[in-house]
Amino acid sequence: MRGQCFKVLHTLYKIFLEELILVLRSLTILPGFDRNGQRENFKEILLLPGETVSIVGPTGSGKTALITDIELLAQGDTATRRWVLVNNEPPDDVIRYNPAAKPIAMITQNTKCFADVSVGEFLAIHARARGITEKKVLEETVRLANQFTGEKIHDGLKVTVLSGGQTRSLLIADAILIGAAPIILLDEIENAGIFKQEVMEIIQGSGKIIIFVTHDPVIALHTRKRIIMENGAVKKILQQEEGEVLAAQSLIELDKKISEIREALRAGRVITGKLAIADPA
Amino acid sequence: MKLLVIAGPPSAGKTALVKQIVRHFVSEAKIAFLKIDVVKAYEDIELANEFGILTRKVYSGDLCPDHAGVMVLGDAVAWAKAGGADLFIVESAGLCLRCSPYLNQGLGIVVLSSISGIHTPEKMGAMVSLADIAVVTKIDLVSQAEREVLVQKIREVHPSVVLIETNALQGSSLQRLYQLIRLSDEVEEEGLLLKGNPPLGTCTICVGKKEVGWKNHFGILQRLDGPLAECLYRGE
Repeated sequence: MRGQCFKVLHTLYKIFLEELILVLRSLTILPGFDRNGQRENFKEILLLPGETVSIVGPTGSGKTALITDIELLAQGDTATRRWVLVNNEPPDDVIRYNPAAKPIAMITQNTKCFADVSVGEFLAIHARARGITEKKVLEETVRLANQFTGEKIHDGLKVTVLSGGQTRSLLIADAILIGAAPIILLDEIENAGIFKQEVMEIIQGSGKIIIFVTHDPVIALHTRKRIIMENGAVKKILQQEEGEVLAAQSLIELDKKISEIREALRAGRVITGKLAIADPA
Repeated sequence: MKLLVIAGPPSAGKTALVKQIVRHFVSEAKIAFLKIDVVKAYEDIELANEFGILTRKVYSGDLCPDHAGVMVLGDAVAWAKAGGADLFIVESAGLCLRCSPYLNQGLGIVVLSSISGIHTPEKMGAMVSLADIAVVTKIDLVSQAEREVLVQKIREVHPSVVLIETNALQGSSLQRLYQLIRLSDEVEEEGLLLKGNPPLGTCTICVGKKEVGWKNHFGILQRLDGPLAECLYRGE
């Protein structure tokens, strides 16, 4: 009798847990309004798992507002009045308000943490918020963060003293391993003095929906969709063209060259008229 | 009449939140607003000018602001009712953090800023642990991870609180708050009670004696190295 009771309870508990863990099949953005109160000119933006998207446009065109809408799973209740659907329907309150059930991890442009705790404590509290009990994840997060930055991060450091690059690296690693969400939003990762190619390699091909807000042509050309913003609204949605895949490859070579020159300049070397690196005379 | 008691430290975004609530409800309900502060407050004038609602303020001056709140709230509820209000919003400056201004009726809302520091929810005691709703403001200033860390800290202080994260200047993601206000019960003037326990408070300091040191006082005494009268002092 007691055994049976336990079995029933156990099954119920499992159902409860499965309810909590959302299987993401699609994300849909429905139009809102631009700064002049004009309705946005698209029917819907449908994003599927494995899809990469970049959001481009000049400063102030509404890029960050768009990913913030996604992060908050806006239901007509943000400044843009957009709606975001999960699996083609408005998300449950649990999904919107319980971080442990939230399918989204966002890396904002913030390069500062205000919490007066160490890296280890910060990750531990965030893991609790996300319902993660495995201690190993915390170490792995610090290890991954160190792959994105040359400045060593260790878990005894206070998060308030981390440099901009260290903070971004830590938050990206945190989003991947502790956020562990099927949707990842990255706001201008190129600005942080981190190894963006390592970041892109790790998160691409992960089966997640990955959305980059970016000014960087390398990132913009690498994504399958491009959303072009203007005056607070979506202006155009483009699919990556075949030629652009090649262009993206060539651009990476160029980008590597620029990185080499940057490192050489930092190391006190000089650059020739033909872009070769040399020692000063 | 519905009642909201909004508390939180200075600069947390209480008034920005009040403005969003007023903006949302002003067309469907008559709103009255009371601000309880210690020295100076302008919110009553601002709100009256911007929305044309019924407003008032009261300065606690030498009195503890929560004490002042308890003293005036009875009259204030009657004042709002007499003014025909459907929604009465009381904004209280959270100060010493010993007490909380929430009542057994209406909604108690604590407002906390995302950048107020990770230990703030623990330090704010009853103002957090007795609230019905915690509104976390200025979420555009911090990373999602840091927000979730702060929210987790609030949850650990008060597991059943309803948490709402917003940029109160823009009023994002406040639909749920509006819904909770709409669903809240009407208050009955008789039977309004403080939710928390008031402090022990009849002593020579309360009545204005300024001399420093326990030898100069009587009533509830506390030395640096522990209490003189253990049966009375309940500060720790």
